[in-house]
Amino acid sequence: MADVIHAEGLVKRYGSRSGEVRALDGLDLAVPEGTVLGLLGPNGAGKTTAVRILTTLLEADGGRATVAGLDVRKDAKGVRKRIGLSGQYAAVDEYLTGFENLDMIGRIYKLGRTASRARARELLERFDLVESGDRPVKGYSGGMRRRLDLAGALVAEPPVLFLDEPTTGLDPRSRTGMWEVIRELVRGGTTLLLTTQYLEEADRLADAIVVIDKGRAIAQGTSDELKRQVGGERIELVLTDPSQLDKARAVLATVAVSDITVDEDGRSLTAPVSGGPPDLMEALRGLDAAGIVVSDVGLRRPTLDDVFLSLTGHTTETPPLDKQEDAA
Amino acid sequence: MSVMVDALGDGAVVVKRNLIKIVRVPELMIFTLVSPIMFVLLFAYVFGSAINLQGTGYREFLIAGIFAQTVIFGATYTGAGIADDMKKGIIDRFRSLPMSQAAVLVGRTASDVLINLISIAVMAGTGLLVGWRIRTSFWEAVAGFLLLLFFAYTFSWIMAWVGLLVPSPEVVNNAAFIVIFPLTFIANTFVPLENLPTALKVFAEWNPVSSMTQATRELFGNSGGVAATSHAWPIQNPVLYTVLWGLVILAIFVPLSVRQYKRAASR
Repeated sequence: MADVIHAEGLVKRYGSRSGEVRALDGLDLAVPEGTVLGLLGPNGAGKTTAVRILTTLLEADGGRATVAGLDVRKDAKGVRKRIGLSGQYAAVDEYLTGFENLDMIGRIYKLGRTASRARARELLERFDLVESGDRPVKGYSGGMRRRLDLAGALVAEPPVLFLDEPTTGLDPRSRTGMWEVIRELVRGGTTLLLTTQYLEEADRLADAIVVIDKGRAIAQGTSDELKRQVGGERIELVLTDPSQLDKARAVLATVAVSDITVDEDGRSLTAPVSGGPPDLMEALRGLDAAGIVVSDVGLRRPTLDDVFLSLTGHTTETPPLDKQEDAA
Repeated sequence: MSVMVDALGDGAVVVKRNLIKIVRVPELMIFTLVSPIMFVLLFAYVFGSAINLQGTGYREFLIAGIFAQTVIFGATYTGAGIADDMKKGIIDRFRSLPMSQAAVLVGRTASDVLINLISIAVMAGTGLLVGWRIRTSFWEAVAGFLLLLFFAYTFSWIMAWVGLLVPSPEVVNNAAFIVIFPLTFIANTFVPLENLPTALKVFAEWNPVSSMTQATRELFGNSGGVAATSHAWPIQNPVLYTVLWGLVILAIFVPLSVRQYKRAASR
């Protein structure tokens, strides 16, 4: 199958007072037709820069990229005809109504008056915005704005879609709703590149995941492959008596699939496991048998921080300058 | 040719969007309408009571100056509007669409001509109430209004470029204030040129705002022989000088703004 999105050795440099910063440092990407690639990384990793280059908003300093077979640099307008972009900051016009926002985009795509209006109504219905469709966007909630922005990206039914952190800043309910919408799109055969800071989001939506740090891919594979590398869930426990730390570590080692980490406070332990709740039960039985008293214990999904810790040995802290770039 | 057609077609979509915004944000509309009325009344009665002019009355002399100042300040909307769209990511959305790269700027500057047209209509109405009259033919008067709109349009392109350079709309307003205020005051807008100190007088004589004001006055028949006492070439040939300035501004700032628009996202 041909790659609908293909990038080789993308480099983007920014000058800054403290010298040169490489927002992208030789990034390769390949997204086959009809699949979803999750670009996973912390703030400032270069996710937004990558999306901006692939959507023709920014020119790369090095490397090459094609979208739908067209070179993003040489045939920017051709690429724009085939893509939809929904950004991190919902780029909808506050003073226009939801309907007017969509109709405006339809007219720019030269859909014609009747077709453009019909498409706008259809999208409002699909994104559950019928009731507010004729009110100015100013009064919309964050979730509604995101849905409208995504609807805007779909006006011309583009075969390739870029979603830059589609759920960052949304409350959990809106996030679940957004996931539903995205999954439906993918079922329709759209090729999608999605950036996210949430491992769970990439896990749920993406066929393949590329973990990116400092402008470079540091790991890639399917969600399962990545989890095998990183471990599945984490058992987290807090000891009542710090002197039992070594005993507790020994018990956890019987279920852990990789290194157990101990917090600076000397009483909180985190152990990656692969078996989920049965592993937790087993650990608890072991702790009980060894007479270890815990004040708190739980099982949680791995976060981006865990991925980073496993892959790079450091967490996702990034210098403030990089953060500014991603926000720009 | 199809590049032009695209720019105009997409530009029309942007004009519609900008006009909807004017209607939905009444503060903007009220400011557009009220400030010219305020200016006409303030100057007519406050300055008008202190300044005496031979030949034509001060109020008649003044109106063209206020027209000039108001339409040039109107260009600030262009810059502030574009800076606001940049900040809110709307320019990015437009840039990701298969539309003409000039359309957003063409549409923005065009919709600001309409705002200026409204301002001029309100000022003309107020002027008529306080005693201003057009003393020439209909077509000369039309030419006067067109010249005002044309010159303001060229200024919109300067402000469009500024709007693409700065980080927020507030900066446009401040920058505009610092540049436009002296430009419209060191001129024959509110006082006759001959009383100015030499250095200011020379600046004022070659200031295109002066020539535009002079041209407008002559086209409305309001000069009454008063302000034409300067023998500087721009004041003697005001229409030609103003049009030349306008064309030079467009030749520089249209390409400059379009280029900046294409780059804007990379900052």
